[in-house]
Amino acid sequence: MGKITGAQMLIKCLKEEGVEVIFGFPGGVVIPIYDAIFDSDIRHILVRHEQGAVHAADGYARATGKVGVCLATSGPGATNLITGIANAYMDSVPVVAITGQVATDLIGTDAFQEADITGITAPITKHNYLIQDIKDLPVIIKEAFHIASTGRPGPVLIDIPVDISKGMIEDNIKVELKLEGYKPTYIGNPRQILSAARGIYESKKPVIFAGGGIVSSGASDILTEFAHTLNIPVITTLIGKGAFSDADELSVGMAGMHGTKPANLSFTGTDMIIAVGVRFDDRVTGKLSEFAKNSLVIHIDIDPAEIGKNVKVDIPIVGDAKSVLTDLLGRYKELVEKKGEPDRKEWLDYVMALKKQCAFKPGNEPESLKPGYIIRKIWEATGGNAIICTEVGQNQMWAAQYFKCLKPRTFISSGGLGTMGFGLPAAIGAKVGCPGKTVIDIAGDGSIQMNSQELATAVLNKIPVKIMILNNGYLGLVRQWQELFWDKRYSHTDIVDSVDFVKLIEAYGGVGFRVTKKSEVESTIKKALEIDNVVMVDFRIEREENVYPMVPAGYPIDQMIECE
Amino acid sequence: MSGNHIISVLVENKSGVLAKISGLFSRRGFNIESLAVGPTEDEKISRITIVVNAEIHSLEQVVKQLYKLINVIKIQELDPSNIVERELVLIKVNADNSTRAEILEIVDIFRANIVDVAKKSLSIEITGNSRKIQGIEELLQPYGILELVRTGKIALSRGSKK
Repeated sequence: MGKITGAQMLIKCLKEEGVEVIFGFPGGVVIPIYDAIFDSDIRHILVRHEQGAVHAADGYARATGKVGVCLATSGPGATNLITGIANAYMDSVPVVAITGQVATDLIGTDAFQEADITGITAPITKHNYLIQDIKDLPVIIKEAFHIASTGRPGPVLIDIPVDISKGMIEDNIKVELKLEGYKPTYIGNPRQILSAARGIYESKKPVIFAGGGIVSSGASDILTEFAHTLNIPVITTLIGKGAFSDADELSVGMAGMHGTKPANLSFTGTDMIIAVGVRFDDRVTGKLSEFAKNSLVIHIDIDPAEIGKNVKVDIPIVGDAKSVLTDLLGRYKELVEKKGEPDRKEWLDYVMALKKQCAFKPGNEPESLKPGYIIRKIWEATGGNAIICTEVGQNQMWAAQYFKCLKPRTFISSGGLGTMGFGLPAAIGAKVGCPGKTVIDIAGDGSIQMNSQELATAVLNKIPVKIMILNNGYLGLVRQWQELFWDKRYSHTDIVDSVDFVKLIEAYGGVGFRVTKKSEVESTIKKALEIDNVVMVDFRIEREENVYPMVPAGYPIDQMIECE
Repeated sequence: MSGNHIISVLVENKSGVLAKISGLFSRRGFNIESLAVGPTEDEKISRITIVVNAEIHSLEQVVKQLYKLINVIKIQELDPSNIVERELVLIKVNADNSTRAEILEIVDIFRANIVDVAKKSLSIEITGNSRKIQGIEELLQPYGILELVRTGKIALSRGSKK
């Protein structure tokens, strides 16, 4: 058997894992890897900053369900990935990040472009590796993809010293996985599932609380069947948006600080929360001691550490959302057969009345340019069939509130870490993964400037994403807090006229529009979607529009400030 | 229930594993009272014995978080009433002609050993459980303890069960 270089072996292993695309940026110690990529049919997308690479891999993974892969050099290349790795970790996204490292005999000497990236990323990766022996390379690649994509997904980093990628290895990648300390539980405990079925059957006012775990487990269909069989309202998290169709009659939308009123009030009224694939983040629960005080909690999650971490759980079930919901539905149906349908009409009527009361009523909209109007028009223009990526801040919350997601993997947003600058590179990754779909980045004028260098990546690689900037000339969500809680002292949040966004996109070779009137919204969105290029639309929205409802930090979830 | 808990963690004997474990403790806000590491009967596996001061709820969280580390194979919380626990301590204590005899008597009672004798000091080696070690430390205190070093607690559950 012949020998190949470590770099060639890496590419061979990536192909074996089904990798079709790598987002990356070259540098000294990854030249051997780039040399191997040069001969390979794996698509490489050259970004303009490593943070763009990791967010693109993240967006690709969220849109497709496959593992996203990014590549960076040692030192600054690797450290530029950190925000994106932390982002993928917080939102449980399967990403494999490959970094170059200085040669093994230089490690620890503060060599040029050396950074202890495995040390740095230990708290923000599901696992990481520093390859110390070329013989371990094939098994480490296999393990990394397995760990990233199974159980609770998450980012895995592989650090490869340059002498390993230049070294020679037998051209044989037959390896066996031996991970003694890693055996995720997929099947839920039957006794726990039975007691959950009984608990739900006995409950008078149950709600389902669906999170990102539904999306990553592919459990949307079974969740829909479950909700309709039981006739129970469904609340989602931000990351769970799309896990259950926002257009479904049983959907009450997103809960939390900027959640819908019906969702937040359902948490107060319920006597049984069926939480699936959620982690009860503080942005969802509000004041923890007041959260769902009168409710029992069933918590289904593949990660045992999430159960009981924030909220006291009465019936814990460790397992995969799809598998557990299927089993739970089976047990529940048996109970109904034996004992008859339970009567929960009163509760459902109450929740549906709340929903109706808060529903959007057309006809009384102001003439000024409002973000809600723009997002509804984007929805109409795409029939709700686009993949929506968001930046972070007001734009993100408005997108979550007004864009009705119909399917999983169509709403891509930085939830846990709240990373400004995520949306554009994530949209690039999503579009690469789903070239047939319309991909839109709903952006703010603040966030978009954090990674706007990736406009070059999008234009040059013909990745026609659409960027809709809700431009209010402020770092809007911070300004909103300053307005409400800091006596309108707008310290360093006014960024008006930072840049001419139309000229900016034109400079990169894309197309730009500016919209200042309500009457131009619909036609401009239509044009933007028709043009086969990267398009950026600068919507000059009302400057001091706030996101409502809003639960102030540390307040109970049912105490919302509402729009006047 | 707050207090000290002994957890025994079997891990793959690979570089970086100890850093991942100790990092997890500090990052999640848990305090390590003592930590002892060494290889087991299987050279590919090390045992880390950690004494942690935590409430029972936090302890559950720390165990669950430890299990998430890929290199962690098995975790046992040892029941203090059903274990053999030991710690080795070296104590260097002031000793001159007037006090040496008294100290030797204490050493004898505790079945400790003298491992070094000098003009003005004695070095004592003692193994045992926490109570025994605390006992000798208190009795030696009046003579002036110059230096003290402890290995950290190690423990095994009683009986043939692994």
